[in-house]
Amino acid sequence: MSETTPLPAVGIETVGMTKVFGSLRALEDVSVKVRPGSFHALLGENGAGKSTLVKCIMGFYQPTRGSLIVDGSEQVVRNPRDAMRLKLGMVYQHFTLVPSLTAAENLVISRPDCPNVIDWANEIAGIGAFFDKMPFKVPLRVPVSSLSAGEKQKLEILKQLYLDRRFLILDEPTSVLTPDEADEILGMLKGMTAAGELTILMITHKFREVNAYCDEVSVLRRGRFVGGGHVAETSTQSMAHMMIGDTKLRERSARLKAGDDKTVLELAALYAVDDEGLPAIESIDLKVHAGEIVGIAGVSGNGQSELVEVLSGQRELEDGRIFIRGQPFEPTRQHMDRFKVFGLPEEPLKNATAPRLSVAENMALRSFDKPPISKNGWWLSPGPMRDIARDLIERYRVKTPSPDTPIENLSGGNVQRAVLARELSGEVEVLIVANPCFGLDFASVAEIRSQIIEQRNAGAAVLLVSEDLDEILELADRVAVMSEGRITYVSPIGDTNRATIGHAMAGGH
Amino acid sequence: MTVTSQTSGEATSGPGAILGFLDRIRVASEYLVIPLIALVATAVLFSLFLLVLGKSPVDFFDLLWRGGFGTAFSWQNTLVRASPLILTALCVAIPAQLGLVIIGGEGALVLGGFIAAIVALPFIGWAPFWLTMPVMVVGAVVAGALWIGAVGALRHYRGINETISSLLMYYIAVAIMNFFVEGPFKDLSNPNKPSTAYIGDGNRVGKIGDTEVHWGLVAGIVLAIALWILMNRTTFGFAARITGGNVRAAKAQGLAVGRLMVIACMIAGASAGLAGYFEVAAIQGKANASLAAGYGFTGILVAFLARQNAIAIVPVAILLGGIAAAGGLIQRRMGLPDATVNVLTGLMFVVLLVSETLYGRIPLFKQRGS
Ligand SMILES: Nc1ncnc2c1ncn2[C@@H]1O[C@H](COP(=O)(O)OP(=O)(O)OP(=O)(O)O)[C@@H](O)[C@H]1O
Ligand SMILES: [Mg+2]
Repeated sequence: MSETTPLPAVGIETVGMTKVFGSLRALEDVSVKVRPGSFHALLGENGAGKSTLVKCIMGFYQPTRGSLIVDGSEQVVRNPRDAMRLKLGMVYQHFTLVPSLTAAENLVISRPDCPNVIDWANEIAGIGAFFDKMPFKVPLRVPVSSLSAGEKQKLEILKQLYLDRRFLILDEPTSVLTPDEADEILGMLKGMTAAGELTILMITHKFREVNAYCDEVSVLRRGRFVGGGHVAETSTQSMAHMMIGDTKLRERSARLKAGDDKTVLELAALYAVDDEGLPAIESIDLKVHAGEIVGIAGVSGNGQSELVEVLSGQRELEDGRIFIRGQPFEPTRQHMDRFKVFGLPEEPLKNATAPRLSVAENMALRSFDKPPISKNGWWLSPGPMRDIARDLIERYRVKTPSPDTPIENLSGGNVQRAVLARELSGEVEVLIVANPCFGLDFASVAEIRSQIIEQRNAGAAVLLVSEDLDEILELADRVAVMSEGRITYVSPIGDTNRATIGHAMAGGH
Repeated sequence: MTVTSQTSGEATSGPGAILGFLDRIRVASEYLVIPLIALVATAVLFSLFLLVLGKSPVDFFDLLWRGGFGTAFSWQNTLVRASPLILTALCVAIPAQLGLVIIGGEGALVLGGFIAAIVALPFIGWAPFWLTMPVMVVGAVVAGALWIGAVGALRHYRGINETISSLLMYYIAVAIMNFFVEGPFKDLSNPNKPSTAYIGDGNRVGKIGDTEVHWGLVAGIVLAIALWILMNRTTFGFAARITGGNVRAAKAQGLAVGRLMVIACMIAGASAGLAGYFEVAAIQGKANASLAAGYGFTGILVAFLARQNAIAIVPVAILLGGIAAAGGLIQRRMGLPDATVNVLTGLMFVVLLVSETLYGRIPLFKQRGS
């Protein structure tokens, strides 16, 4: 980079950005400056307004007040296309690639100037040349659906670079990645920002990533900018304090001695196939006792999500039996009620809610056919439904403008809370949990983990499927490792360690 | 955590509450204004079409008004046509709550009407209305329910696209009726147009008062209200809406998704079958090819214009009934072919589908602060 040409990286600044939804002030007078070539972290608890801020920058929302300065001059971004012209790009928490197309095809069709007749040989040569300049690669010619989560995330980022975006917003980019994958990607991006080729604004809940990769940090709390600065000069503790103010963190609930030792949940020789009809889980045998948390560890894609789907009734059980307290269980509504089976599935917006229905309606998913919402089993009373929702919203501190807001308008963390409130507010015998802390701020993580422990202490049998080994080590009484659709290793948590579990996860045994 | 002024503040009391209420009306009015825009756009496009044909749009819309709504007579004509439209639109709107797009309501109408005419045969000539009528209604309703219910079952248990299968089943329904009407059940006293035997004056459904409008209109309105209540105020409707909102979540709640789909489709088919009964018992007096008059297909348009809302279906059906009623007058006075009004309704459907993309794009209706 010579002195005369300006850096390709683009810098931005928001000035007094305010965004109001109905009666809710999601952003209030937020001024944040992101220097060109910096790696900037945006922190804040769930519902603080992080996504709203970046959506205003990208033109998905129009700010109620405030302006945006790009490379020193004020710009109006009316829609994402305007943002594209200003070389602003964004990688979403969820993948936006077309699964059935190859990486190369995904890149070419994403170009705004994509020709009507595509000269593939030429395009692929162009992409090859572009890839040669990039610090990381992905296979170009296989369908995206067969790439791993890490590769997909790399491809999402490569796509932005291919489109010549020089200011990249990453909304919780590592929540779907293993720590190793996250380190690889963030390390490479760090190199690009240091070289002045790119500016990054990253929303994250992980202090580890902020400390390891970011130069600067800005913190939002309840829609306001509450502080920030150089990461090197800011301790994790003070970042956390800026995020939640003087709020006390929920004390981690103490682990009580397990009650009776009876088997509550028993899985016997479960067999199920994936969407392509290939075996996804094979001869799964597992017992979970009352007052016990069994953690299922494993590298993503080894049958864990299929197992959860089978237990929650989203996937057909081809063979095998499920027993609860010795009686056969099928995931029907009657059985779920009789055996008090509850679940916290991963990606709650996709698995546990009807996104366009209101918060109140979503909170009633479990109870709409029982008193007091329905006294006789078929007539629905909206009054009690809303009252119950109000109570749950308050008890579980769900941030929502009103019980009638469509649940898809809530921030990611608050959707999770709403589901938690629905599933854990009654008496629980069996709890099926999958990656419950994806995308949650540290205060919510502490809260949810405490809730899970409390359910265990109250005698629930908890099956915890998690890709986060730390979570399993912290919560589980016993750990089981899943590999290629089978349980390959089971051990009480006291008799094992991270290395042994990691070895089993990698397919040893 | 202390909940501060962030969420409270404006909308809780005083003028804030009124403003909040007005704001909600403004946001909700999107569902009224966008269909109206679509209707106006249709009128403009159709006027261009008429100008190309060398006809006056002013004359056309004047005749449309007079033929559909201008006189007591045209109102009656309109309402007669609206009543099957309400019933066939319900056949679209109810499965739509579960995310199913059923376009074969015409098949259930045809089959329902045919079965009603068949089951009436043993009663003709001796049985009183109050004996024959329930038998015919049950026959029509059951036939329609099984027909569209099969579509729902195919969708859930075999993964067959309900839109395509319902359309194909419409052709089968017409073929079945034609086969029997031209064969085993052909009324030999009427050689010109193959039909079933006339059900007899005593088995016809009467008119309301001294109008031309038959009781099918009342049945349609009552059913529309009942189904609105079913979908919005009962646990069945709630479970159906969850299923439509997210099948995965519905399954995870242990809801019997397949059963819900089949039942919703059966209700839908029953409604279209009932339309068939009224076409036979109030209009035709027998089953023949005239049953397939296209009410089932216009009903799709009605349901979409009404945004699948059972109650909104009633006024929309009356509007489209009026357009259909004016067809004859327009044909005679302007020398335009009868199909002209079909062009109008077809155009309306296309514009309406395009207008779906407007939702959420008009800043006036966006959620914002005061
Ligand atoms: N379209 C919308 N309509 C109404 N309210 C909204 C809308 N989008 C966001 N909100 C509200 O604005 C607030 C901020 O949401 P936002 O998504 O920006 O939070 P976030 O900081 O990204 O949280 P998370 O970490 O949970 O993703 C939330 O209370 C949310 O309910
Ligand atoms: Mg967010």
